[in-house]
Amino acid sequence: MDITINSSFLPQTDPDAALAFYRDTLGFEVRNDVGYEGMRWITVGPADQPGTSIVLYPPAADPGVTDDERQTIAEMMAKGTYATIVLATKDLDGTFERLQAGDAEVVQEPTDQPYGIRDCAFRDPAGNQIRINEVR
Amino acid sequence: MSSTPADEQRLRDLALLRRVRDRIDREYAQPLNVEALARDAHMSSGHLSRRFRAAYGESPYSYLMTRRIERAMALLRRGDMSVTDICFAVGCQSLGTFSTRFTELVGIPPSVFRQQPDTGTMGMPPCVAKKVTRPIRNREARATEPQLT
Repeated sequence: MDITINSSFLPQTDPDAALAFYRDTLGFEVRNDVGYEGMRWITVGPADQPGTSIVLYPPAADPGVTDDERQTIAEMMAKGTYATIVLATKDLDGTFERLQAGDAEVVQEPTDQPYGIRDCAFRDPAGNQIRINEVR
Repeated sequence: MSSTPADEQRLRDLALLRRVRDRIDREYAQPLNVEALARDAHMSSGHLSRRFRAAYGESPYSYLMTRRIERAMALLRRGDMSVTDICFAVGCQSLGTFSTRFTELVGIPPSVFRQQPDTGTMGMPPCVAKKVTRPIRNREARATEPQLT
C-alpha cells in the first residue's frame, strides 16, 4: 500500500477572505480556483509539498444537504465548532508573529502543552480552527 | 440558497460570541471578568451570559473557570510549582474559589492531584489527550468509590 493524503476540505463562506488568509498570510500557493454558479472551490497548499492540498469549499453546494443542515453548518462555522486542521512548522514563533501581524484572530499564543507538544492556534476567516504544532 | 437579513444577523452574533470565547481561551490568565468581556463586545453582561450559554451550553464565567482549571491541571502535573502559585498563574485571584472549583471538576483537591503520578494519557495522541483530559463543566467528577459517610 502506498497511499498519500492528497486533499482535505475546509469550508469557507467568503472566497476572497479565504484566499487572502491562505495565500497572503499563511503563504500557501494557489493550485486551482474553480467557480460554478457564484461559488468557488480554491485549492491551496505549501509550495514544497505539491502532493498535499487543502480545498476551500462552499459548504452549501451539495444538493443533498437540507436547508436545516445548511443552517446548522453555517451556525457551527460562525460559533467556531465546525472544522479544524492541524499544521506544523519548525519555526513556530516566526509563523505566529507573521500570522498575528497579518491580523489573523489569535486563539492561543505558542504554549508548551502537557501532552508533549508546543503549539499555537488561530481562526481562519470562516471560523475554522487552525492549530500549528512545532516540529522539533 | 437564500438567507434572510435575520439569518445574517444571527451568524454575525454567533461570530461575536466565538471571539469572546476565543479571547477567554487566549487570555484566561489575565484578570478577566464577564463585565469586561461584555463591555468589549458591546453587550451587557447579562445579555452576553445568556447568549453565550445558549450557544455553548455554559456561561462565560463557567467557561473561563474551566479553562483555568484545565491549565492548572497541566501545571500541577509538572510538579515544580505550588498550588498557590498555580492558582495565580492561571488567573484566579482567590485560592478558595480555585480549590473549590478544581475539586468540583476534577474530583480531588489540587494538592492531592499534584501528588498523583500521571500515567493516564501515556501513549495517547496529543489531540486525543487534550480532549479527554479537559475538564467538562456539565460532566463533573463522580466519586470513583462508594462514599462512606
